[in-house]
Amino acid sequence: MKVQLTKLAHARSGDKGDTANVGVIALREGFYPLLVREVTEARVKEHFKGIVKGDVERFELPNLGALNFLLHESLDGGGTVSLMTDAQGKTFSTALLRMYIEISDDESSKLGLT
Amino acid sequence: MFGMKQKIRVAAGQGFWGDLPDAPVRQIEGGPIDYLMLDYLAEVTMSIMQKQKTRDRAAGYARDFVPLMKRILPTCVERNIKVTANAGGVNVKACAAAVREVARELGLAGKLKIGIVTGDDILDRIDELISRGIELHNMDTGEPLSTVRDRIQSANAYLGAAPIVEALAQGAQVIITGRVTDTGLTLGPLIHEFGWANDDWDRLAAGTIAGHIIECGAQCSGGNCQYEWQSIPDLANVGFPIAEASADATFVITKHDGTGGRVNVPSVTEQLLYEMGDPHEYITPDCVADFTTIHLGDDGPDRVRVFGIKGRPATDSLKVSISYSAGFKAVGTLVYAWPHAYAKAKMADKILRARLDRLGLRFDQILTEFVGANATHGLLAGAPPPDLAEVQLRVGVRGNDRAAIERFTKEIAPLILTGPPAVTGFAGGRPKVEEIVAYWPALIPKAEIQSLVEIIEV
Repeated sequence: MKVQLTKLAHARSGDKGDTANVGVIALREGFYPLLVREVTEARVKEHFKGIVKGDVERFELPNLGALNFLLHESLDGGGTVSLMTDAQGKTFSTALLRMYIEISDDESSKLGLT
Repeated sequence: MFGMKQKIRVAAGQGFWGDLPDAPVRQIEGGPIDYLMLDYLAEVTMSIMQKQKTRDRAAGYARDFVPLMKRILPTCVERNIKVTANAGGVNVKACAAAVREVARELGLAGKLKIGIVTGDDILDRIDELISRGIELHNMDTGEPLSTVRDRIQSANAYLGAAPIVEALAQGAQVIITGRVTDTGLTLGPLIHEFGWANDDWDRLAAGTIAGHIIECGAQCSGGNCQYEWQSIPDLANVGFPIAEASADATFVITKHDGTGGRVNVPSVTEQLLYEMGDPHEYITPDCVADFTTIHLGDDGPDRVRVFGIKGRPATDSLKVSISYSAGFKAVGTLVYAWPHAYAKAKMADKILRARLDRLGLRFDQILTEFVGANATHGLLAGAPPPDLAEVQLRVGVRGNDRAAIERFTKEIAPLILTGPPAVTGFAGGRPKVEEIVAYWPALIPKAEIQSLVEIIEV
């Protein structure tokens, strides 16, 4: 079955120059391994196609049940240069949570998702 | 240490220059605190202040800090609450003089000392530094600073906690700084109170992370919090955060009783991840903090315990924030109403671009967004529903040719009488041309920067 990340995580995003960062936090401890397995750099890069022009980097924070993504070249130059409404990348958090991941029925019932 | 306090409460009163004006007052009046920490400086703030100083030698700092001090100084003196604030911007001494003036008006002469921290401003030293081979390469692009030399507006090294500790040791009650790191404003008081050594990396990292959590004000206590946001109580009366630190470098994030908002593990976790780079190395002038060692635990209602933090030695450089003039921009908007609001806005954009083309105007960038359809999430938002009540067309242009940007601003309002129907939202008049002040991050060897601490008596 397909599950949207909004069911598995909350998030906060911010900026550093032309790079947006998105911290994705598991809503329950049991969801974290699923995030690590499914929400990869490649998947996130694909998700933000046409929006993120540079690389996507991912860092793991198991202590917080969180992943941190750096989305390079995604803010039209960033800060004061950018013409974007969201020049500081503050809404990239929920944009990432639009992503769907595929999990087996077995796993979803184990995690209490069905 | 005899007489050392068991717990020190550092309260955050401003998350940025322009945050809720009454928040610092409520931190003072809402319950016991030892320090009030006020972070005023964002990257762009320094260049704004530099411009103000160019026009008026007495300006160039966070002016609202002075009336704030007028309101709270009597209570601070009475209860021995100390204030750390990077409100001094690019004119720390003028800011301190203004605060001394209001303190005297309040009859506080002889009752407090003001600490002034400078040494961060390197604007006058740029050529000398470059001539000695310190090229201040852009940390993101690698370009040498000479590329933009003639357009520089401000240049400041980020100082750490050390000068704040020094000022406190000399008895300052209000410490006004220029470009000191946000985290240094919290770490300084903890080093001073607990006597942490300057190579006690774990404790310095813990104090740094305490600073990081509270530096954005209510953003860790319920503001901008996604986790169960609908149920966060009374944000109208949101409590700003307090870091309640112990000598062993564990601390609790909390807020005053009777305030709104919420402090829990999810709210603090969200703030920890805000503007994060590589979590293994959060680099400050004071230490390198490792965010993958942070542990959070519930400690009762609106209390989160933070512990287990590890740090590493500080690097031998300081970050420098340089601002420079980088052309001009303008953004124009119009609102299109149902029916077919999105289609109308799209057509208006097409017409506008054709006219800009015909005028032969050249821009480095033209960006069109349709607010209500895709301005925040772009393609991820999918096709907008056909019956949107309204869509705002938002077109921005950027370039070095001011005249071209100026000409663009005259093409927005005419679309009302010469484009698709059911259009409004032009009451603000012509868009304004803005100078772009861009930001140039660089590193400088620590040995090049000497912070200065001066104490003045009121």
